[in-house]
Amino acid sequence: MNKPILILPCSGIGKSFGSIARDATFRVCDELRPGKADTLCLSLLVMGDEEARKKVASSRVIVVDGCPMACSRNNVERSEGNVVAEFKVMDLLRENRGLKPRDVTFLDEDGEKLSKVLAEKMAKKVDELMEESG
Amino acid sequence: MKIKPKIGVVSCSGECCGLGTLSRVATRLVLEELRYDQTVTICLPLFLAGETQEHGFAKEYPTIAVDGCGKLCARKAITKYSKEPAAGFDVEALLKEWGVEPPKIRRVLDEENVALAKRIAELLAAKVDEIQEAA
Repeated sequence: MNKPILILPCSGIGKSFGSIARDATFRVCDELRPGKADTLCLSLLVMGDEEARKKVASSRVIVVDGCPMACSRNNVERSEGNVVAEFKVMDLLRENRGLKPRDVTFLDEDGEKLSKVLAEKMAKKVDELMEESG
Repeated sequence: MKIKPKIGVVSCSGECCGLGTLSRVATRLVLEELRYDQTVTICLPLFLAGETQEHGFAKEYPTIAVDGCGKLCARKAITKYSKEPAAGFDVEALLKEWGVEPPKIRRVLDEENVALAKRIAELLAAKVDEIQEAA
């Protein structure tokens, strides 16, 4: 059986974009593709936790970033993770210009909509990656 | 008039379980509602990936680390890259002390867990006041 694809969101806390990345990741891991997608604590990985490093080193990783600082991508690459796909909430905003997410703590209606769109895209990518590896 | 320093509140936001969500929501409640204007934050992954400017955050502000579990990533990161935080909370230990179960769902907190986040946020806010008074 294929190993689950790891999805690592930035979980940025200053703006709604990080909350969207995080929310969408949980949608995929817990609701849309349980067993096929998994996540782990990004901070734990960066702090050098051996178990987290081993998991990342032996998995295919999708990174999800809320802002151009690309903390997820940068931190996963620094930890020698195998990044196979990247999603950016900023790209999603450009594709959905009518949606203006504002709330950070609890996503507002537009934030929820964007999270659902992002989660669907990521679930599709998980399926593609799973198919590639048979 | 004594000028109170702003306090940095840094949450782990751990993705592994609901404890990270609880830490994150409690932190946001302090920033947005309870001590708006008196607190600031930085994304922990940005702090970790950052350089001098980001690492200067905890040197500039007295900081409270809010960790979801006993791995204490926020506390350890602040200590490693800046200096010992002024205070730290381990939410998992706190829940054990209160005899409360951690949230089972990590994406969205239910009503009961939002109330729990508010209870934690009140503690954080009291700690903000204490640090400001002592400064």
